[in-house]
Amino acid sequence: MTTQPTVTPKGTVLLLGARSDVARATARRYAAAGYAIQLAARDPERLAAEKTDLELRYRVAVTLLPFDALDVAGHGAFVAALPVLPDVVVCAVGLLGKQAEDEQDIAAAITVMRSNFEGPASILGHLANAFAARRSGTLIGISSVAGDRGRATNYIYGSAKAGFTAYLSGLRNRMAGMGVHVITVSPGFIATRMTAGMDLPAKLTATPEEVAEAIFAAQEKRRNVIYVRPIWWLVMLIIRNIPEPVFKRLKI
Amino acid sequence: MKLSGWGRTPVHDTRLVQPDDEAGLRAALADGPLIARGNGRAYGDSAVGRQTVDMRRFDRVLAFDPATGQLVAEAGILLGDIIAAFLPQGWFPAVTPGTKFVTLGGMIAADVHGKNHHRDGGMRATIDWIDVMDGAGQVQRCTPADNHDLFDRTVGGMGLTGIILRAAIRLRAVETGWIRQTTTPAANLAAAMDLLDAETSATYSVAWIDCLATGDAMGRSLVMTGEHAQRDELGRHPPLPRAKGKKSVPVDLPGVALNRYSVRAFNALYWQAGLRKQGTQLVDWDSYFYPLDAILGWNRIYGRKGFLQFQCVLPDATARAGMTALLQAISASGQGSFLAVLKRLGAEGTGVSFPQPGHTLALDFPATARAQALFDRLEAITLDHGGRFYLAKDARLSARILRAADPRMEPFAAQRRAGGEAGHFASMQSDRLQL
Ligand SMILES: Cc1cc2nc3c(=O)[nH]c(=O)nc-3n(C[C@H](O)[C@H](O)[C@H](O)COP(=O)(O)OP(=O)(O)OC[C@H]3O[C@@H](n4cnc5c(N)ncnc54)[C@H](O)[C@@H]3O)c2cc1C
Ligand SMILES: NC(=O)c1ccc[n+]([C@@H]2O[C@H](COP(=O)([O-])OP(=O)(O)OC[C@H]3O[C@@H](n4cnc5c(N)ncnc54)[C@H](OP(=O)(O)O)[C@@H]3O)[C@@H](O)[C@H]2O)c1
Repeated sequence: MTTQPTVTPKGTVLLLGARSDVARATARRYAAAGYAIQLAARDPERLAAEKTDLELRYRVAVTLLPFDALDVAGHGAFVAALPVLPDVVVCAVGLLGKQAEDEQDIAAAITVMRSNFEGPASILGHLANAFAARRSGTLIGISSVAGDRGRATNYIYGSAKAGFTAYLSGLRNRMAGMGVHVITVSPGFIATRMTAGMDLPAKLTATPEEVAEAIFAAQEKRRNVIYVRPIWWLVMLIIRNIPEPVFKRLKI
Repeated sequence: MKLSGWGRTPVHDTRLVQPDDEAGLRAALADGPLIARGNGRAYGDSAVGRQTVDMRRFDRVLAFDPATGQLVAEAGILLGDIIAAFLPQGWFPAVTPGTKFVTLGGMIAADVHGKNHHRDGGMRATIDWIDVMDGAGQVQRCTPADNHDLFDRTVGGMGLTGIILRAAIRLRAVETGWIRQTTTPAANLAAAMDLLDAETSATYSVAWIDCLATGDAMGRSLVMTGEHAQRDELGRHPPLPRAKGKKSVPVDLPGVALNRYSVRAFNALYWQAGLRKQGTQLVDWDSYFYPLDAILGWNRIYGRKGFLQFQCVLPDATARAGMTALLQAISASGQGSFLAVLKRLGAEGTGVSFPQPGHTLALDFPATARAQALFDRLEAITLDHGGRFYLAKDARLSARILRAADPRMEPFAAQRRAGGEAGHFASMQSDRLQL
């Protein structure tokens, strides 16, 4: 059963990597605020229940779109074919990989790097151009504190996130005079499918709902860079400032 | 990892898994016995097993029929999210416990009762059907009529018969998000029970007991009844109250923060405030049903050692004598409870579900050795008066006392063993109680 949307949307938000726990929570946050929702993911039919859920709870319109971040050749066509050019885009695409195995399997390492950097950068590049032409819109990229400094335990993922963070920073700089706003979201730990089974420190670990709320608030306040939870800003400040001769011997 | 219930004691080592589809649940079943966990609001060890399956990723609304108020949703959805989505559409849960931070599955597994149990019955009365995954990984649809044995044993069965995947429940139509609350002071226990017994037509009723009052005033209470307010009663209020801010308890308070003096002060203040509020007022739904939810993580005020909740129900025939004996024992022990709640319960549940016609008393105590000794007394008094215990609150009963109080438990356990459920679904509580 589907209900007809009964509210005029406040705007439209596109979620890339919509099956991610963070994207699901973010979709709910925006739907609760009255936005129409576009969910883009590989195999979008797996999101049918998500669509029904959002429609029944918030009475907003939900569209499912097939999207593969690695299919960079198709990204231009994906943007051109969007039923509505969204007002807000949240890119939650990410692949943690398995550091130890990927050190040996370089092809797998490259997939991790492409999934976290090349793919997200490509799709946001196309959307940025469309937003620039329209002279409005907000692009939100979920990067990671892992990109703030390469560490032995996750530098394959981290290096790609570092690239993505730099890309978002440059894009923000370029778009600044064009009415387009770019937000970098740098979470620390989030309790999601990506981290399932890991014993994460409770005080440093955000819930997907917390990240969603932070994203929504960052857009309302037109923030540029946010850390969730904010303590991560301090943690990473310290980690970035450890001198390399010391840092290279640490196990963190 | 280490896991406990809301009371933060006992703490057990568990393997926590967080599947997001049925295949993930089947994989967990293949890995050995498990227990489903909702939002961990049961106080003791009901939702901790050697393997614990976090159900909160199954949190979607699947269907809603605005003609009948039937909601179909996955078991891990939070009650608070149901309210957030459907109160604006004119619907409210037909039965609710005293916190909205519970899941649909947890409410069904404990067959929770609300302040309207005397009139409307418990969670069971709101359910059209449930889908339960059994030990073989098969999904069975059960209703009160079809496959009713599994239905009756699962509702109130504390996760020990299978994993509840989804359910169809009835919401109740409401015109507003406000409750018309009437507060009446009762001078002592007998007066409070008289009031609760007289208020059978009130939709909601509950008594808060000042359990530090002694002598003639023992059991003095504020009896609070409530009705859903209609639109034309609201005056200048909007039909939907504005959402309120939350405070949280960020750190564990040292155990001494909650001693007999602070408990005494709290009780005195609450009583005074209640006297001032005598009569009828409009209260928003959140403050009325979920006063404690405004302080996130309030369980931390008891400090690291955690706390225990005692809850029993005594049948009508013995309730007055029994409640008097329970309050006397608490008073004699010199341990006040921060919150002591007395309610009337209505119809008997099925399976091993808790409610039976009579009165139920619930109290919190910091988990100290003295509290353990007091619980021994309270359990003995409950047994003497033909009462039974609420498993959703229990962290320490023995298998022997449970069976002595509740003749339904041994047949339930025997059926679990005979049917093979015992090999697939087990919690620390079911191990302790040999269920
Ligand atoms: C402040 C507060 C007030 C309360 N007030 C009341 C009240 O007024 N009335 C009342 O009746 N109760 C009350 N309770 C108790 C609470 O309603 C129950 O313990 C409820 O079961 C908690 O739900 P949960 O989702 O947190 O479940 P959990 O605590 O996680 O689990 C409780 C039980 O349900 C089982 N379970 C959970 N999900 C599933 C599933 N999907 N399939 C199978 N089994 C499952 C677990 O195995 C466990 O046995 C209160 C608790 C608190 C903290
Ligand atoms: N969890 C953390 O601790 C943490 C910390 C910092 C940053 N982050 C970042 O937060 C974001 C959200 O992650 P999450 O924690 O919610 O984890 P998640 O549930 O694993 O989400 C990652 C999502 O990315 C999608 N994805 C991967 N490759 C893709 C591709 N080629 N095309 C399309 N989609 C693809 C996945 O899609 P499928 O569902 O199809 O697999 C998945 O839904 C990610 O960018 C992640 O790096 C997470």
